[in-house]
Amino acid sequence: MPKKQLPSRFYPVKHEMQTVEAPAEKISPQQRAETWEKIAQYFRANSLWMLNYCTGCCAIELPLVMTSRFDMERLGMMPMATPRQADILLVTGYASLKTLRRLIYTYEQMGTPKYVVAFGPCAVNGGIYHDAYAVLNRLDLYLPVDLYIAGCMPKPEAVMSGFMKLIELIESGKATGWKDYEQRYEWYKKNQLEAVGEVFIHDEFHE
Amino acid sequence: MIAYQSIGTALGMALFAWLMQTGLSGVDRKITARIQKRRGPVWYQNFRDVFKLLNKRSVTHGWIFDLGLLIALAGAIGTAMFMPMAGIIPLQGYDNFFMITYLAALGVFGRALSAGASGNPLAAIGVMRGLTQNIGYKLPYMVLVIVLINYYKTSSISGIAALQQVQGWSVLKMPLGVLVAFISLHGMLGKKPFDTYLAPSEVASGPMVEFGGKYLGLLNIAHEIAVFVEISLFVNLFLGGGATLAEFLLKYMAVYLLSSCLGAVMGRLRVEQVVRFYYKVPIGLTILQVLLFTLLYGGVS
Ligand code: SF4
Repeated sequence: MPKKQLPSRFYPVKHEMQTVEAPAEKISPQQRAETWEKIAQYFRANSLWMLNYCTGCCAIELPLVMTSRFDMERLGMMPMATPRQADILLVTGYASLKTLRRLIYTYEQMGTPKYVVAFGPCAVNGGIYHDAYAVLNRLDLYLPVDLYIAGCMPKPEAVMSGFMKLIELIESGKATGWKDYEQRYEWYKKNQLEAVGEVFIHDEFHE
Repeated sequence: MIAYQSIGTALGMALFAWLMQTGLSGVDRKITARIQKRRGPVWYQNFRDVFKLLNKRSVTHGWIFDLGLLIALAGAIGTAMFMPMAGIIPLQGYDNFFMITYLAALGVFGRALSAGASGNPLAAIGVMRGLTQNIGYKLPYMVLVIVLINYYKTSSISGIAALQQVQGWSVLKMPLGVLVAFISLHGMLGKKPFDTYLAPSEVASGPMVEFGGKYLGLLNIAHEIAVFVEISLFVNLFLGGGATLAEFLLKYMAVYLLSSCLGAVMGRLRVEQVVRFYYKVPIGLTILQVLLFTLLYGGVS
């Protein structure tokens, strides 16, 4: 007696399960975060607001960079009035015992992401002031420097090309000094305290 | 009852206002740069700035700081929602001048509240200067608008604009008054020489001194929408609004770019000079204008 064929609905239907592909193309949260980060980096790189903390004589080149000959507003850069609004801190020249405290205050008030640009050899190794009693020789012991601009003082062309390089670094996600400062905060704090004793600005007029 | 559809139109209006004004202020930066013999940024630089700011982390200074900012933003968006633009009246029947003035004041006070709560003395100085100046330019402006309302017998902004298209623009009836209104507008926009409350090198950008990152981004959005409201009000009340959208936008751009060109070539006055100026020249001219208007176009009924 031939075996009776059961209606098809009694057989497991396998192929139907297989036709529905796993959504491989679906964007994972991580990928989405990366894409978002790329978009954000484009905006950060092309809209840099700077705070020029004019510590040394290099600062005299900045007016030239801002005005009509070199015009840094072309790159979307603008001088800003307060640290809260700024994205880059320009350390124009040497940092002394007195200015370093102010620099640290200023840097820590800025909102992340933030970048530091140091001007001239004075910020690298003390330059011509390397043996002065009040000048701190290496800036990157105290603050994470993203870019150095060479020249004593750097010509406006050098400053412009430095800024262009900074934009490139930010756009490719390589300017990560602020992350470094967050991660190695103890190390930076230790260096700062060794250099200046205490990171506290006394009110010189009312004490 | 206001239909949901018209609320949708009104919100669309506010969005359009922001997009257009942010684009235009980029053009303004470009023009200022050309006047100073520079190249200047791209025209969409302000969009880049806003999105960058919204992508930054920042600190708050307490809940009043946050609340004030939200009030400022809500005030700005709310005002833009009522603003008629060349026959497009988002909330029909509610575009009353007094309503818009009060809503706009909400934005100003929200900003002042927020800046005051930041606790920075420079912000307090900036707010004080801003409010002093506010009284200075609001007074002549209000007097002029009340004369207009009396003349046209309506306080609806779209009504005044429509009547002007039949009877001729108010600028022809009160040329001096429009000059005064333009000076006031220049002050409201915070352009030089009346930007004492912003003065970056003097009071470190005044009320904005403690704003950073997202806070500054939202403040920027509120500011651009407030600028839209101020200029649209001027165009609607004094330049006859516009029969078509193109006409309205053309007048809008002309007023804004004239103001920014003037701002680019002038220096900043000191705060007491600004106040003295506002209490002398515009108010004097306003009184003269009101007298002339009464003589020429009938008495105040
Ligand atoms: S690098 Fe030269 S110009 Fe710059 S601060 Fe040092 S000495 Fe002055």
